[in-house]
This record gives sequence, C-alpha cells and structure tokens, in this order.
Amino acid sequence: MFYFNYRRQPRKTVASLAALVIVLIAFPFIASQFGNSWVRIMDYALLYIMLALGLNIVVGFAGLLDLGYIAFYALGAYMTGLLASPQFAVVLQSFVDQYPALGAALVSFFGPEIAQNGIHLSVWLIVPLSALLAGVLGALLGAPTLKLRGDYLAVVTLGFGEIIRIFMTNLSGPVNITNGPQGINLIEPVRIAGVSLAGEAGSQSTVHIGGYAMPSVNAYYFLFLFLCVAIVFISFRLQHSRLGRAWVAIREDEIAAKAMGINTRNMKLLAFAMGASFGGVAGAMFASFQEFVSPESFTLMESIAVLAMVVLGGMGHIPGVILGGILLAALPEILRHGVEPAQQFLFGKILIEAEILRQLLYGLAMVLIMLFRPAGIWPAPRQEDRPDADIDEPARSTDVVAA
Amino acid sequence: MTPDMGSGMQAPVILDIAGVAKRFGGLQALSDVSLRVRQGQVYGLIGPNGAGKTTCFNVITGLYQPDAGRFTLAGKPYSPSAPHQVAQAGIARTFQNIRLFGEMSALENVMVGRHVRTRQGVLGAILRHKAAREEEAAIRRRALELLDYVGIARLASRTARFLSYGDQRRLEIARALATDPQLLALDEPAAGMNATEKLGLRELLLKIKADGKTILLIEHDVKLVMGLCDRITVLDYGRPIAEGTPAEVQKHPAVIEAYLGGMGA
Repeated sequence: MFYFNYRRQPRKTVASLAALVIVLIAFPFIASQFGNSWVRIMDYALLYIMLALGLNIVVGFAGLLDLGYIAFYALGAYMTGLLASPQFAVVLQSFVDQYPALGAALVSFFGPEIAQNGIHLSVWLIVPLSALLAGVLGALLGAPTLKLRGDYLAVVTLGFGEIIRIFMTNLSGPVNITNGPQGINLIEPVRIAGVSLAGEAGSQSTVHIGGYAMPSVNAYYFLFLFLCVAIVFISFRLQHSRLGRAWVAIREDEIAAKAMGINTRNMKLLAFAMGASFGGVAGAMFASFQEFVSPESFTLMESIAVLAMVVLGGMGHIPGVILGGILLAALPEILRHGVEPAQQFLFGKILIEAEILRQLLYGLAMVLIMLFRPAGIWPAPRQEDRPDADIDEPARSTDVVAA
Repeated sequence: MTPDMGSGMQAPVILDIAGVAKRFGGLQALSDVSLRVRQGQVYGLIGPNGAGKTTCFNVITGLYQPDAGRFTLAGKPYSPSAPHQVAQAGIARTFQNIRLFGEMSALENVMVGRHVRTRQGVLGAILRHKAAREEEAAIRRRALELLDYVGIARLASRTARFLSYGDQRRLEIARALATDPQLLALDEPAAGMNATEKLGLRELLLKIKADGKTILLIEHDVKLVMGLCDRITVLDYGRPIAEGTPAEVQKHPAVIEAYLGGMGA
C-alpha cells in the first residue's frame, strides 16, 4: 500500500508520504463523527508510540533490556504536575507546616505569588524541561547498571522503575510533594498561543481557533502527532548516524564494539538518556492531557506493555515499533468497544464479560504474533544470501589464486 | 604511509612491550614476555596450544589487565587498561572466533570501524549540518574503499551474518583497517579456513604488508607463518622461548623441543 524508499522510487515514496499525511490529518475529523472516544484512543496511542520509540533506542538499538522505562514517563508527568498546577503551593505550605524555618526561606525565595497559586509553566518550557530532567535521570539510573546484561539488567531496571513509583506513592510525608496515592489534580491543560487545548470553561471541551471549532481531543491529537513526528525524525536521524551504528554495534557484540574503539560506557549512558528524554516528554503530555496524575498509571504492567510494543513491532525498526505501538495501544480499546456488540450480534446475549474476553484476546494476539513472526510484525529488512548464491556467482577465489 | 621495506631492521619500532606478566589465579599465563615489532613487519606469535598467545593478545589490546609490563606504541607509552583506548591509540584487532556485528550490513560493519576516528555527536546526528554530512559521506566512502580493498565490495549491503566464512574474515580485517591502525593484530585469521581461503588470506595479508601496515599475527598454520612473517616469537608455557627470523626459529632447539618433544615419542 505505502512504499517508502526514496532512493529506489522517489515518486512512489513522495506519493505514499502525501497519502499518509492526508490520512493522519483527516483521521480525527472522520473518527470524531463516531464519537470522541475513538480520537481519545488514538491520542493515547500516540503517547504510547512516543514511549515505544524512546524505549526502542534503549532496547532496540543499544540492546539494553530495560523493564523500568515507565519511570521516566512518571518523572515527566510528575514534573508537569508540580510545575503546571497549584500543587507547588501545597508543597510550600507543607514545608511551612513541617519545618517553619525552611518553609519560610522557601516561600521568600519563590515569592508570595507561587506560595499562593503554585507554578504554572507554559508548554514551551514543560517539554524541554521534561526531556532534560528525564534524560539526566535516565543517565543517572543507567550508570549503576553499565556492567549488567540481559536478565540481570532487566531485574535491576525493573527495581528502579518500582522505586520511582513507590517514591511517588510515599512522597506525601513528612512534606507533601506528590500528594501520595491520591495523585496531583488540576494540572493545567496545554495552552498554545493563548488557546487552551482543553477548551475554555463552559465550552464543553470545544477548542476555538480563529473562527474554527474542534473537539479538545482533536486539538490534542494534532499536538501529539506533531511531537510524534519530531520524535520519529530524531530517532531516524540518530539511527543513521555514527551514534546509531555504535549502539547497534554494542547490541550485536559488546566486546567487538569496545575493540573497535567505541566507548561503550558513554554510548550506553547516551542511549539511556535519549530514550528517557522521549519518555519524559510523553509523560509531560500525558499529565497535561489527563489534567491529573497518580502513581497507579506507572506500574510495572505499563513498562511491560511498552516493551511489548517494541518487541512485537520489530525491535530496532522504527516503522515496526510505531505499528506495534498503534496495535497494542488501540487493540485493547477496540476490543473493549467491539466484543460486547459482537457477542450480542452472534449469540443474542453476552456470554463472556467484555473485560475478561478482552484480556484473553489480547494475550492470544501476542502469542500468535510471537509464534508466527518471532522477529516482530515488521522487522528490520535483512539482505540474506540466497542458498544457491555461491553457485551462480563466478568463483570468487580466482582473483586470489592468480595473484 | 610508504612501505619502508629496506632490511626491516632500521624501520622505527611500532610496538614495544617488555616484561609483561599475567596471572589467572594459580596459573602464570604470561611471564616476562617482550616483543619489538618494527614498522612494515609481519610479526608472528606462535606456540603450542595453551602457550599464552591469545592471552598475550588480549593483554596488548586491553581486554585483560596485565600484572606487569611496559607498553609503547610508536614511541608513545600506552596503557592497555581499556580496549577502546587501545583502539584509539592505534591497535586494531580481529578475533579468533569471528566477532562481527551480525545484523548489520557489511558496509555498516566497516563504518563502525570509523567511529574512533570521527567526532559528530547528538546535535550533528539530528541536525545533520554541513560538517556532519561531510563526515558521514567520508565514513561511507572510506568504508566502501576498504570493502573493495579486501575484495568484498559487491557484498556491501549484505547482512554480515549471511556472509561466507572467508568473507566474514575479510570483513573483520576491513573493519579493523577502518580504525586507521598503526598495528593490525590478527588472532588466528586462518583458523577454520580451507586451502583456497588460506591462499586468499595470504595474498590479502601480503597486500596489507606491501602498503606499509604493520601486522602482529597469531597463527597455528606453520606454513602460513613461515612464509609470511619477518620475525617470530615463540611462546611456551607463557614464556618466550625463541625470537628471530622464521629460519632461525625453526632451527632453535627449544622450539623443536616445545613442538616436537611430545610428537617424537
């Protein structure tokens, strides 16, 4: 259907790209005719694609099995929760209550305005800050794991991921920073050029741009689509560079990579940092979109779901990872919406509860993919030798014997 | 680099190691090993199985930490504490059991070899500004040249693990050459090769030597070593027992003892 290889067939590639752009832009307008929930599903799918592309740098390119990746999503989300909501005022107040001297110093440092209303940064600061914070923490959490490989690395990163989540759950005392299990409320929606993407109060989540109105989920769709395209672009550029090759070399054979002069420590830290920064941005967007964060969004199951997107899609192959992200993010939702009507239609009554059947089908889909496409649904292309290649090629050794 | 053939003796010393020792637990794998490899030489390191050849190699290239020893490369002392620093300093190696980047294409494998001689970072990769584009083009050009040099240019886009055994060896040598090494260290390059492949390898090594490169070679195939090497050091039980030209070494009583002592019985 689509064909992407600019070198071989530039025309077909440009046509495919144009068609894809039209489909992507038209999607929310068509889908919202059938209800905003379909666009909302796609919004979440786009967030998952950003996550999967970030994890793809760590797992797919550098070959570092990371089971705690969702921690960086959490960091981005909680950073937004603190810096774009009244929460920071709560934090300062709790410092004043617990440690009056320190609290007073902090209040005088931040000023009465912040002590009253919290911090409200714009999206233009939130996105780079979340990328930076998550990137730095990605490198920091990566540093102790540098000597570990495979299963051992997976277990340690899993631990780190859980530590972050447990921190978020428990940092409500002695000073209240994260609000504990209740999470942070009233996070500001994204505001671009004065227009709130959640729609103004009383507009029933309709965004007005100029004379034009669209549902809030559509506005977020375009924002997430833009960020996704940016992340895809960065991923491609990194992959086809000296750094991307060094990552893959480490994945393929770490000792040989070292012997070729690659500083594996620095390259691994860079992979952790780059991957984490994508996760941080996705987390920040997630918090603004939901206007609420709580620790239960960042469980181990989420890490595993993102890893499944990378592995099922095709590790290290960006189009495959995107496909994996769409399928695994949207499939459960489609099943959720689809299984009950399907049963009604087939049997006239509901035999199995939707939630159970959904899990069942999701698991079955995963098993089938791994059985029939073990390298992923859309793996990186490889150029193999045909079995008879040595026969129909002129004997290579001639130039050698003659010499 | 111009070949400095002469008698081979006046050429500058490329690799100079002295007093190298390495112990694994109770086993003294290397003791007091010294080598002096001159520019343009093919230097052989031979010895019976378990003599410590590969250990010596791994120490020189930074894979193992030596317990003692002085290491000098092209007049400058280097410390073999990390393999990537050794590669940076100018020693490139191949492995006894070929270690390619299997899922990468042949071309990409060689391009990885250029990593250590290139600079572009994250910004260059993402923005692809002029300097980055030029560097990338230079990497590709040099990698293609090297594939052509070792005779597998037509396999450039082939995934490395689908190459034939002999071609994988050639690719590994091309990848090592891509790091612009002062010294090319080959660990049993002929292992597992058939007679035709060995001939081809010999031609390739002679070509590399003729281009002025210096080669340190571990090899079991005595015929190949004797025909190719300018000088040889023989190791036995981790100690050098003889050093000299192939002819000298062949006549050395300690070498005959080490190699034939068991077989003569």
